[in-house]
Amino acid sequence: MNRWLWIVLIALGLAAPYVLYPVFVMKLLCFALFACAFNLLLGYTGLLSFGHAAFFGGAAYVCGHALKVWGLPTELGILLGAAVGGLLGLVFGSLAIRRQGIYFAMITLALAQIVYFVALKSPFTGGEDGLQGIPRGKLFGVIDLEDSLNMYYFVLAIFLAGFWLIDRIVDSPFGQVLKAIRENEPRALSLGYDVSRFKLAAFVMSATLSGLAGATKAVVFQFASLTDVHWATSGEVILMTLLGGLGTILGPMVGAFTVVSLHSKLSAIGSWVTVIIGITFIVCVLLFRRGFVGELQHLLRGQFGAEPGKPQAGGKPVAVAQPGSGGKH
Amino acid sequence: MADDFILQTRDLVKEFKGFTAVDRVNLNVRRGTIHALIGPNGAGKTTVFNLLTKFLQPSRGVIVYNGRDITRSGPAEIAKHGLIRSFQISSVFPHMTALENVRLALQAKHGGSYQFWRPGKVLERHNAKAMELLQAVGLEEFAQVPAVELSYGRKRALEIATTLAMDPELMLLDEPTQGMGTEDVGVITELLRRVAKGRTVLMVEHNLGVVSTLADRITVLQRGAVLAEGSYQEVSTNPEVINAYMGGAHA
Ligand SMILES: Nc1ncnc2c1ncn2[C@@H]1O[C@H](COP(=O)(O)OP(=O)(O)OP(=O)(O)O)[C@@H](O)[C@H]1O
Ligand SMILES: [Mg+2]
Repeated sequence: MNRWLWIVLIALGLAAPYVLYPVFVMKLLCFALFACAFNLLLGYTGLLSFGHAAFFGGAAYVCGHALKVWGLPTELGILLGAAVGGLLGLVFGSLAIRRQGIYFAMITLALAQIVYFVALKSPFTGGEDGLQGIPRGKLFGVIDLEDSLNMYYFVLAIFLAGFWLIDRIVDSPFGQVLKAIRENEPRALSLGYDVSRFKLAAFVMSATLSGLAGATKAVVFQFASLTDVHWATSGEVILMTLLGGLGTILGPMVGAFTVVSLHSKLSAIGSWVTVIIGITFIVCVLLFRRGFVGELQHLLRGQFGAEPGKPQAGGKPVAVAQPGSGGKH
Repeated sequence: MADDFILQTRDLVKEFKGFTAVDRVNLNVRRGTIHALIGPNGAGKTTVFNLLTKFLQPSRGVIVYNGRDITRSGPAEIAKHGLIRSFQISSVFPHMTALENVRLALQAKHGGSYQFWRPGKVLERHNAKAMELLQAVGLEEFAQVPAVELSYGRKRALEIATTLAMDPELMLLDEPTQGMGTEDVGVITELLRRVAKGRTVLMVEHNLGVVSTLADRITVLQRGAVLAEGSYQEVSTNPEVINAYMGGAHA
């Protein structure tokens, strides 16, 4: 991503808690990271998972348990949560990766329902009540995270690190292969790319980062609940990604901000929130097919980006360089 | 003696739910030649390609490539050993530039593709080689154009450049001139003749003009089985072949 965008993003992040409630911004950041992690899979690899809540919520429970019962330091608890997200991702991925399209989505959904069931029934999650009273603790044993500004900057650091990593993965040689698989899987295979292994690697990365987001959220709110592992959360992250713009680096963040803000602004009117978000989604999909950020990029490109040397479509013969034709100019 | 042949099949069979698409095919592709596989629509040519490149598992039979039995290998594995295919319908990475398309093949060949922590800039080390390949197929002006915006003929040329980037020992081309105007056909034929030097090419081709100019040896397939094999002279005068092509099936 562009250096100026980074500067704007960091500046906004540093200033935000002085304008908005820190807890609200932390929630935004956690869901933004979750959506960006999800986009790594759907937007850049072309895999639609319908089970990402399992990584987000599973990590939240494990992190919460580790902090509350085992007394692990906060930073280790969060890392453990992310690792569990990744491990679950490895299991889900290994079972689903060879299936295509809707079958892939159904398998991830089914596996996530198993995780939900475990969360509902096992003693350590607190069942319907959720896991409450997770201590925020002290970062590296010194910085008190009960202080909301301290907590905020810790969350901002996690978010920026996660977002940086996603941005890097997308741009890397590995990310280039993921894009190739999304664009044309048989061709990628015929060039010798072991497509299944690349997909699995992407799946595990996405699950780990989703776990990081979920674990962080558990620390911010000091509780983990069934909502975190519910299929509706898997649906919500899809919605955020599509709303903001699939396969754009900033899109999922914008989508997450939109959905989380709508939720909190409209929470007063109760269950109508779902209906209003549903309608917003339909209108947005009809008006901005590429999502907010995707649509904006398209607009900017149309304005300035008429490609030089763009060939005319049609039946002109291919110019094959002849031995004496001079080659490059 | 077996060393003369880069690719051989023994009684290769592929059945789809009782329907035999490929029926006991014995292919012998001689190293350094251009070998054409022809036959009416639905004869099983693409299915043979899918078997050879492991996109399909054979029901029975053996495939030997460079003296190694590859009957049970995977598609990515054989690609790494230099057996690279193209597809019947043009097959590019549409929203990547021509340069990026070729670079993906170079990246596959040179490794480092699991490096998710390095910036994309490291791929620029392949730029010079990629430009060279684009130039070889006359696409150097289009290096920065997304493949989807290229004309059909140029897409096919890009595909050939991408395949060549793998430096294949054996190229399998499924109808490289399909759907082209006569001018483009001539250009691609010339291109294939040049790039086939020092390699082996097995191609499916409907255009008999192209076959007669390029192919050293021809195998005719009909209803999954080999009908005839030989030089263009031999095959084109074979009464059974003439009959197969006249008898309802349109080439
Ligand atoms: N996956 C499949 N399942 C069932 N039948 C198949 C499958 N693939 C191919 N066939 C059948 O096998 C036969 C051979 O098809 P194939 O595509 O190999 O022919 P072809 O020689 O390449 O024809 P064309 O010249 O039209 O490309 C056809 O009858 C086709 O319908
Ligand atoms: Mg075919």
